[in-house]
Amino acid sequence: MNKIQGRHFRAEKFDFWSFFFSGLTGLATLLILGILATILINIIANGCQGFSWHFVSTIPKKDFFDIKTTGVLPMIVGTTFRVLVMTIFVIPVGVITAIYLTEYAPSNSFITRIIRAAVNNLAGVPSIVFGLFGLGFFINFIGKNLDVLLHNSSAVWGQPALIWASLTLAVMTVPVVIVATEESLKAIPPGLREASLALGATKLETILKIVLPQALPGIMTGGILAVSRAAGEVAPILFTGVAYYMASLPTHLSDQFMDLGYHVFVLSTQSPNIEQTRPILYATVLVLLVLTFALNIVAIIIRSNIRRKMRSLH
Amino acid sequence: MPSSHKETRRTPGWMGIHRGHKARPLEWLAEKFIFLVSLSTILMVFLIFIFVAREALPVFFGQTDTALVSAVIPPAEMDKHSPAELQKYLELTPEQFKAMDKDTLKTLMDVKVEAQNDIPESFRNSRDARLNTTEWRYLLLPHQWDDYKKPEYIWQPVGQIKKFNIIPLFVGTLKITLIGLLFAVPLAVGAAIYVSQLARPRFREILKPTIELLSGIPSVVVGFFALLVMATVLQKTFGYETRLNAFVAGIALGFAVIPIIFSIAEDALTSVPRAYTQAALALGASRWQTAWQIVLPAALPGVFAAAVLGFGRAIGETMIVLMVCSASVMSWSIFDSARSITTTIAAEMAEAVNGGPHYRILFMLGALLFAATFVSNMIGDFVIHRFKNKLEGKR
Amino acid sequence: MTEISLPRIAVADAGPKAAPSAPFIEIESLSLFYGASKALKNISVTLGEKVVTAFIGPSGCGKSTLLRCLNRMNDLIDSVRIDGAVKIGGHDIYGPDVDVIELRKRVGMVFQKSNPFPKSIYENVAYGLRLHGVKNKSELAAAVEKSLQQSALWDEVKDRLHSSALGLSGGQQQRLCIARAIAIRPEIILMDEPASALDPLATARIEELILELKKDFTIVIVTHNMQQAARISDFTAFFYIGELIEFDHTAKIFTNPAKKQTEDYVTGRFG
Repeated sequence: MNKIQGRHFRAEKFDFWSFFFSGLTGLATLLILGILATILINIIANGCQGFSWHFVSTIPKKDFFDIKTTGVLPMIVGTTFRVLVMTIFVIPVGVITAIYLTEYAPSNSFITRIIRAAVNNLAGVPSIVFGLFGLGFFINFIGKNLDVLLHNSSAVWGQPALIWASLTLAVMTVPVVIVATEESLKAIPPGLREASLALGATKLETILKIVLPQALPGIMTGGILAVSRAAGEVAPILFTGVAYYMASLPTHLSDQFMDLGYHVFVLSTQSPNIEQTRPILYATVLVLLVLTFALNIVAIIIRSNIRRKMRSLH
Repeated sequence: MPSSHKETRRTPGWMGIHRGHKARPLEWLAEKFIFLVSLSTILMVFLIFIFVAREALPVFFGQTDTALVSAVIPPAEMDKHSPAELQKYLELTPEQFKAMDKDTLKTLMDVKVEAQNDIPESFRNSRDARLNTTEWRYLLLPHQWDDYKKPEYIWQPVGQIKKFNIIPLFVGTLKITLIGLLFAVPLAVGAAIYVSQLARPRFREILKPTIELLSGIPSVVVGFFALLVMATVLQKTFGYETRLNAFVAGIALGFAVIPIIFSIAEDALTSVPRAYTQAALALGASRWQTAWQIVLPAALPGVFAAAVLGFGRAIGETMIVLMVCSASVMSWSIFDSARSITTTIAAEMAEAVNGGPHYRILFMLGALLFAATFVSNMIGDFVIHRFKNKLEGKR
Repeated sequence: MTEISLPRIAVADAGPKAAPSAPFIEIESLSLFYGASKALKNISVTLGEKVVTAFIGPSGCGKSTLLRCLNRMNDLIDSVRIDGAVKIGGHDIYGPDVDVIELRKRVGMVFQKSNPFPKSIYENVAYGLRLHGVKNKSELAAAVEKSLQQSALWDEVKDRLHSSALGLSGGQQQRLCIARAIAIRPEIILMDEPASALDPLATARIEELILELKKDFTIVIVTHNMQQAARISDFTAFFYIGELIEFDHTAKIFTNPAKKQTEDYVTGRFG
């Protein structure tokens, strides 16, 4: 007893296991950060060499493994197009579903639970299965039937095309938009909705005039995250629209397109001489990373602002 | 006192309130529309399953046939067979069959005979050439093919005799996934413990989004990195023979699932009420003891769910494995190449004939993959749901 | 405003007495359930027109819940079920074909926590007017000015009408919410502890405002502050655990209550 009283508060007994395990978890954190840093630094350092204005603005000839004449313009255009067309579909569906879930859905009804389960599942379906779905549903079912109806069975829509790739990606990224929008809708104080309703606004008026303007940053985050996720995905578009090579840029929704991610895959696995194509490969990866990663960082910043705002509400 | 501008727009007295919801058809329509749109998420999951399974159904019903050599009906004997038999023989739908006249049918039968005659002599007498390799026993059990000394599991979908044994793909998937999880789970959970329990709050604010940034790297970029940089480094370190193998693929896969496992585990650990930790700290436990003895056990279901959801993501990952290793070898060694289900689908769909047996089997693999991730997602979500409810005190 | 005179509804004698001269809001054996639990128990009371009625009682007694029954804000909660009737001007507001939106235009509400929209001061007040179809700019401006003057905020904000309402002080924000509510000329204003989050000075201004507003509006106010109820209300209803214990002229409730429980509460013996 006396001994304890005499002891200094600060001089905790050195606990080896405590030190050891704290260090271990800290090391795990460091290792993950290290992996992230290594990947980024490796790509940025090597990517800058092959990167030039000529590179991003050139439509390459058939042999795109040649350093001097190659370029990635069609890939940038293709990736941008497929992602933009996707947002046209995914944002309305995602936002409306999120509005239903937060504003209308009875909190514990059977149908609400099913919708939530569906959203969760959609988020977990492997991307290659989305590709199969796109092939089986959009191309072989919708597209082929459209051709029978409109084009006398000649293949216009019943083959891989920009629109089918975009729709497949839209189905894949719907949960991203829903989750982000829901988060921002929940961050809006319920008092604002009550105030509007008490003034005799209908639910719809309240949502359009009070809730949605407030949720805009969250909806934007969702959109950006969806775009960034979709821009980097290759598996879903393998069978639904991507082309190995195209001499011209896509002009129509039923065209195929070239794609940055797929191009990275092609360059790294089909190159006749990997050492020679290395600079092109790194530069292409850098372009892809800038597209997806930069968007991601923007989304994270907006999102952390929303989260901070939400915390201050509670 | 009521000001004039309102009075004119208002139904006199209180009668205006007696209009009911029919007074606002637009509101009603909008609500129904919003509801219908949100139902579309259910429809999507449903359609994915239906349309992936639809393309695979013939395999399940035994309607595919890969037998190279089959019995021939000479065109001269056409009349001896019933229309139903002929239709089946020529692989026509009833509508197609009805639409054709006798001459067309005869031509088709000629084509059939010619096709049989074109089969190389070497295969004509082969035992394997008469097998329908899409039957379940050939899909799942080892079979002793011609020129092989013992029954083996073989996936070899091209060539004259197509071998569709899916077991090597299962083994490959499992091998790569397990390596990935063995690498990712300890790292991600360790980091989650550190970030949520031990790091300073200000540090935490930065660490969490930074680690989550890892999920912003497209998988094709991770695959590229593994192929070009990691494979060489790991080979030099461990000194194994095959440069591209299941080990490299597994580690790269780990990179892709770390952010998911970390994010969910960190959420679970953070949602353990502060009262628990503060009670423990007040009793004189160290931060580590609190984390290990109080927080981790309380958050264990959430951490488990994180691992399950990570598993779901890992077996579904395509591009990384596709780029890093691809040969389908039936082997449990982690330093051999392996081919996962996703890779097989991605690599072979382009060369599979639309509607042919190979195509059907690839879709069947997709359906199985969908089912597997569906189940793992269900389990993960269920566990998390239960865990959150428990923490909030609702049974 | 059309005056409607209706025969007075006889209220069960066992319960509290209906006191006001012209019955306006008639609550008839109203019960409210949250799921299985009964939050309001068979409440019957008649409130008069253009008077201030205060609902008092310890927290959790159901006074706010009852207030929110009067403009059907409780409809927003899934698990709420209501028995009985609430008649305003003789019309059952829970009738099968009642348009809740029309009802809420006539029954305005001010909340405990001031909740201005994150818009400009002007837009806050104009919001309700626009909702109900006022498009003419000069008409809008006139109505906004009038409401702000009536809520004693005009002089403080007339120079910054188009700056954000969130820059106002707590008391100003609450008066802005009152201005917003009266802009659409409701007949009844419900106030749910409007001054509970404010400092004494701001509270005093709100109280003055309420006394001013009662010339034009019927006001029902929930408060846990008994002095406040005594200062501003004409009638007071005392609630305890979902039951209406006593309803009478404010002076009577505070000086000579009929029930022992009321006396205990207003003298500060519990609650």
